[in-house]
Amino acid sequence: MITAAAAWLVLLLLSGVAVSMAWGGRLAFKTFGAHFISGKDWDVGAEKFGAFIPIYGTLVTSLIALLIAVPVSIGIALFLTDIAPRWSRGPIAIAIELLAAIPSIIYGMWGLFIFAPFMAANVEPWLNEHLGTKPVIGPLFTGPSIGIGMLTAGIVLGIMVIPFVASVAREVFSAVPPALRESAVALGSTRWEILSRVTLPYTRSAIIGAVFLGLGRALGETMAVTFVLGNAHDLSLSLLMPSNSIAAAIANEFAEADTDLYRSSLIALGFLLFVVTFIVLTIAKLLLLRINRQLGRTH
Amino acid sequence: MAIPARRRIADVVAFAFATAATVFGLFWLAWILWTTLRQGAAALSPALFRDMTPPPGATGGLLNAFYGSGVMILLGLVLGAPVGIAAGTYLAEHGRYSRLAAIVSFVNDILLSAPSIVIGLFVYELVVRPSGHFSGYAGAIALAMILLPIVTRTTEESLRLVPDQMREAGFALGLPRWRVTRRILYKAALSAILTGVLLGVARIAGETAPLLFTALNNQFWSSSLNGPLANVPVVIFQYAMSPYDEWHVLAWAGAFILTAFVLLLNISVRVLARKGKDR
Amino acid sequence: MNDTATALRLSPTNIGSAAATRTAIEIRDLDFYYGKQGKGQALKSVNMSVPANSVTAIIGPSGCGKSTLLRTINRIFEMYPDQYATGEIVIDGANVLDRRYPVSDLRRLVGMVFQKPTPFPSSIRANVAFALSYYERLSKAELNDRIEDALRQAALWDEVKDKLNQSALSLSGGQQQRLCIARTIAVRPEILLLDEATSALDPISTAKVEELIDELRQRFSIVIVTHNMQQAARVSQNTAFFHLGELIEFGRTSDIFTNPREQRTKDYITGRYG
Repeated sequence: MITAAAAWLVLLLLSGVAVSMAWGGRLAFKTFGAHFISGKDWDVGAEKFGAFIPIYGTLVTSLIALLIAVPVSIGIALFLTDIAPRWSRGPIAIAIELLAAIPSIIYGMWGLFIFAPFMAANVEPWLNEHLGTKPVIGPLFTGPSIGIGMLTAGIVLGIMVIPFVASVAREVFSAVPPALRESAVALGSTRWEILSRVTLPYTRSAIIGAVFLGLGRALGETMAVTFVLGNAHDLSLSLLMPSNSIAAAIANEFAEADTDLYRSSLIALGFLLFVVTFIVLTIAKLLLLRINRQLGRTH
Repeated sequence: MAIPARRRIADVVAFAFATAATVFGLFWLAWILWTTLRQGAAALSPALFRDMTPPPGATGGLLNAFYGSGVMILLGLVLGAPVGIAAGTYLAEHGRYSRLAAIVSFVNDILLSAPSIVIGLFVYELVVRPSGHFSGYAGAIALAMILLPIVTRTTEESLRLVPDQMREAGFALGLPRWRVTRRILYKAALSAILTGVLLGVARIAGETAPLLFTALNNQFWSSSLNGPLANVPVVIFQYAMSPYDEWHVLAWAGAFILTAFVLLLNISVRVLARKGKDR
Repeated sequence: MNDTATALRLSPTNIGSAAATRTAIEIRDLDFYYGKQGKGQALKSVNMSVPANSVTAIIGPSGCGKSTLLRTINRIFEMYPDQYATGEIVIDGANVLDRRYPVSDLRRLVGMVFQKPTPFPSSIRANVAFALSYYERLSKAELNDRIEDALRQAALWDEVKDKLNQSALSLSGGQQQRLCIARTIAVRPEILLLDEATSALDPISTAKVEELIDELRQRFSIVIVTHNMQQAARVSQNTAFFHLGELIEFGRTSDIFTNPREQRTKDYITGRYG
């Protein structure tokens, strides 16, 4: 049956991707072993490649992105399901979804030419001055205000992730059985109390699932991060400093990778990214499946 | 009975926060669109559609990039959409209760959100390495692979929206499954399936990373898909990252046209979908 | 009881109805199971003979298995994975329940109309011709004749003859249901199954369809499922009463409604439970 063949093809493609990444990266894994993940060097000349900095940069920028996107998305979902006048809900929702439709390279260009200079001129000096001297968090905010760096990249990533988390949150918020909300209202609950005591607990799995979905997107985002993260090969604690992410490293350097080991290291990075994203997205899907069953959807 | 001040304050704070969050989100959208509009409109000129991409320091156009993108998107659509519709049909109809369908549906959703750069690397290993050169074909295949899970998902959802009574009526007449699917279900779900395909096209039009390893770019006019092929996203990438002002201008022009294309497609598809529902 | 009895006496279908002639459907020891590992049982040891060229009504409280019985006769339950039936259903000398009996042949022999009118998203003409063009090789003229024939038999021809190419969705609910009937009888089945076919219709459309049923019984053997006892009394010659998956009583409609043998039948008819 043709349709069954097409279904098998989907399965085949995913396994194909996994296998080819692993295969392409085998030289690097064989050469460096486990040190590949912990190695901080990225020395093209000496042919020593370690994935630690790209991994670090990927994780830090994704974390910043989530810190911004999750509260904002929940706020947007609350606004759209509870506060906004009915006639405005459709257009506002479409507008938020347009954030997801904008190609990531556009985010990159805007980030590079407009936002990074803005951060360099206005935000980073302030952070340097006021937070850079504090204990504990100080080292996070010290450094030259060049605009390009983990903080800027994290913010841009956060904006890109908002529509994904917000649309799931909005969907599950409006799927909470009206009876639950109505009984809370009848008891005299305020809007905040309904959100925190009824809606959020009821949709908890779905919200966590949405967070994982956003994380999965953030981890794999390439073009926007490539423009504003800088292609640094030094590790730095400060968020104002440039760094590297797995996707950005591959995008920036693949065309110039002239040796087998260099190329293999980049593909090995791709394999790591694929594995991590796969795990994160699987968790997201499982959590979202659970809420579907809870809400009685026939899937 | 008045609500005690503490609870009321919490409520107002929540209200303010939600409103602020929405304004926050919309603010970024407005800023990005405004920037793209302003920088891009300033860069528009008829030369865009007449000349090829120029060498460093010179002015020119984006004609070869538009052509390359157009061809690869079209070919990606032709390769990816039919397979996606077939797979989606399997998930919703022929294989509805099967184990395979459950697994494929799960895997498909993961492919959907997977980093497109990984897809690009895969096609590099699969096509570019063995053939020894970058090519428009490889680019189209990469785009098809990104389109495929989108179309599969939306086709499955569209078909599931058709009520079971329609299927029962078709089967009760003794029609075989293929006929029921083709002549009843596809017709009923047609606009929803098309919406999914068009939204998928909007998505692949903006994809850069996969093309970096497959079609790469070509400074000159080329109508051959068998070699590196110019395309809008990679041109934007290379030109924006370069130190040349003329190239920056062209990058913004390309960004503007790309954004306009994607947004117009998105908005018109959603508006049409909403109209269809109201009917 | 009085309403029904009155309806019966006045019903034209009962005047001069001949004794049951041949049997259209012979049901033997039918059991029906559903749910995970067949845990639920919707029909238990049903034995029934449906007479030809007459209308047999199946009545009973909800959940008693009347729709399930209908859906077993044309094996539409095979669409769903956890449902199966054992026993025999004999039509024209063959056990149609047997997996080896081709289901497309069965569904050509046995037509079904559902509760909710389901016109296909095509023109009126295309709807009626849907199964026809699959089963038979007809010339354009022959096809048009058959379409007209079916629409006439469904008492819809006059209303749609000038707009055959318009979308079927533009018709009213009652017209859509008659279209579904036309579509079903276009292939000239022997048996017609009507599953609560008038429940979703307004009273005027319902009356039209009931009139139709009375005319159609001359050409087809009809089984209707209805929760409306008055309708059963108006329209059928024979009635079967089901309760919790078992056939409790079967007989001439006039007998069932005026003088039922079983206590449970009597309780249902008099409205003791619904």
